[in-house]
Amino acid sequence: MTLLALDWILMLEKLILIAIIVFASLGIALYTTFSERKVAAVLQDRPGPNRAGPMGLLQPLADGLKLIMKEEIIPNSASKGLFILGPAMAMTAALMTCAVIPWSSSVELFGRKIDLQIADINIGILYVFGVVSMGVYGIMIGGWASNNKFSLMAALRGASQAISYELAMGVALIAVLMISGSLSLKTIVDQQMAPGAWWNIVYQPLGFILFFICAMAECNRTPFDLPEAENELNMGYHQEYSSMKLGFYLFAEYVNMIMSSAVMASLYFGGYDVPFLDESTLAPNIAAIIGVLSLLTKIVIFLFLFMWIRWTIPRFRYDQLMNLGWKSLIPLALVNMLATGAVILWQQG
Amino acid sequence: MQALTNRAKEVSREPMTFMERLYLPNIVKGMAITFSHIFKKQPTIQYPEQKREFSPVFRGLHVLNRDAEGRENCTACGLCAVACPAEAITMEAAERMPGEEHLYREEKYAAKYEINMLRCIFCGLCEEACPKDAIYLSETFAPANFTRKGFIYGKDDLLIPNKNNAPEEYAAARGAARV
Repeated sequence: MTLLALDWILMLEKLILIAIIVFASLGIALYTTFSERKVAAVLQDRPGPNRAGPMGLLQPLADGLKLIMKEEIIPNSASKGLFILGPAMAMTAALMTCAVIPWSSSVELFGRKIDLQIADINIGILYVFGVVSMGVYGIMIGGWASNNKFSLMAALRGASQAISYELAMGVALIAVLMISGSLSLKTIVDQQMAPGAWWNIVYQPLGFILFFICAMAECNRTPFDLPEAENELNMGYHQEYSSMKLGFYLFAEYVNMIMSSAVMASLYFGGYDVPFLDESTLAPNIAAIIGVLSLLTKIVIFLFLFMWIRWTIPRFRYDQLMNLGWKSLIPLALVNMLATGAVILWQQG
Repeated sequence: MQALTNRAKEVSREPMTFMERLYLPNIVKGMAITFSHIFKKQPTIQYPEQKREFSPVFRGLHVLNRDAEGRENCTACGLCAVACPAEAITMEAAERMPGEEHLYREEKYAAKYEINMLRCIFCGLCEEACPKDAIYLSETFAPANFTRKGFIYGKDDLLIPNKNNAPEEYAAARGAARV
């Protein structure tokens, strides 16, 4: 059906896909908060939340309800519009990333071939970086609009940290792009899926470690959670926030974690590829379902890794954070990039 | 300077080796430690359902005791109030009237007997001071309350139920109290 030179069924299909993916990521994020608490508890020899519902499974709903019922406070001296825009932006930026992630290969429904990726744009990974950088604005705007010196300083900490680590992240990524020769996430995944091809982690172990460290810093996770150091630095950029606006900030962190796990899985761990299985021999729909499960498994493993690290090591001091970023990660990333380039040149003869 | 104990450990000020400065091996070591805790037994007691057993010498809430015929032991002599280091006990004495012999064991009894559980330090000196075996410390502790007044326990809170006309309540109180 084509009207006004638009394929309306394609539009509908994409809208449904967007709704599914956004709500699925929100749902997973909801339960990531729960599993964060459970993992923390188990690592500390505690049972964790276990009262709300069977095994405490309704805890995230109770938490959400609590946040919504809390009083909505906007400080008198705050810049009202920006104060609201801050958390909205953090959340939007976090969710927008999911548009270019290939969740699986395509399914065939009603005689149509539906790609399980909202948009396969040829600059996919650049788009991810652009959107993730937008998340910094959420932090900055929120911290600045609160009109509180501690919030502002925390926002500055957060912004400078994100910018510093984005550099090393980008350089580590260039090495992957040199191998794949494409910015499209779908292409990168397909190359790793091809029979006989290895995952990028085999070619880029150092690059992956750098990328992972930077991703932790980007998500403001411990040991890099200085922007919101709860105990020693007076909360953080969301100090003046209450109710669901605070919830949005906290929630955006978890959505960010999921998205960066998905990006890392796609870049280095073959995305929706199942190791030692040739998906092209399976029926397309079954292959797609297996692919989604495979990607989700990888995401869950990464999320557990994030939590495991958080509940193991303390956070860095600010100068250590900056030293690590500028004096270790960026030079290492540059060396990694140059070495990759040299090897590729040598192979091409 | 002479060390007090021989356990003092000198801090190493040597610059970190390359492996230490890498930091990652030590993170992995730390993560292995936290991971091993997944398999450790949790010491948690699920409180309202499970309760920790108190030791037999635990000193909890007070009970005012009765004798075998269900009469109150307390004669309001005031020795417990004198012994109490926290001054938590107040009482008012009254004379037993004819016809009340089945209620009070001796001619004098406590008309009012109050213990302020916020003042009480649960030392058990009242129990030791009592010549009539009238006050005992049980194995329960004072539950939370919304007001300060709620922590002032009167006779109706403290007195153990009568074994003869309320055997079930008596058994329940005894279950918590080691009378």
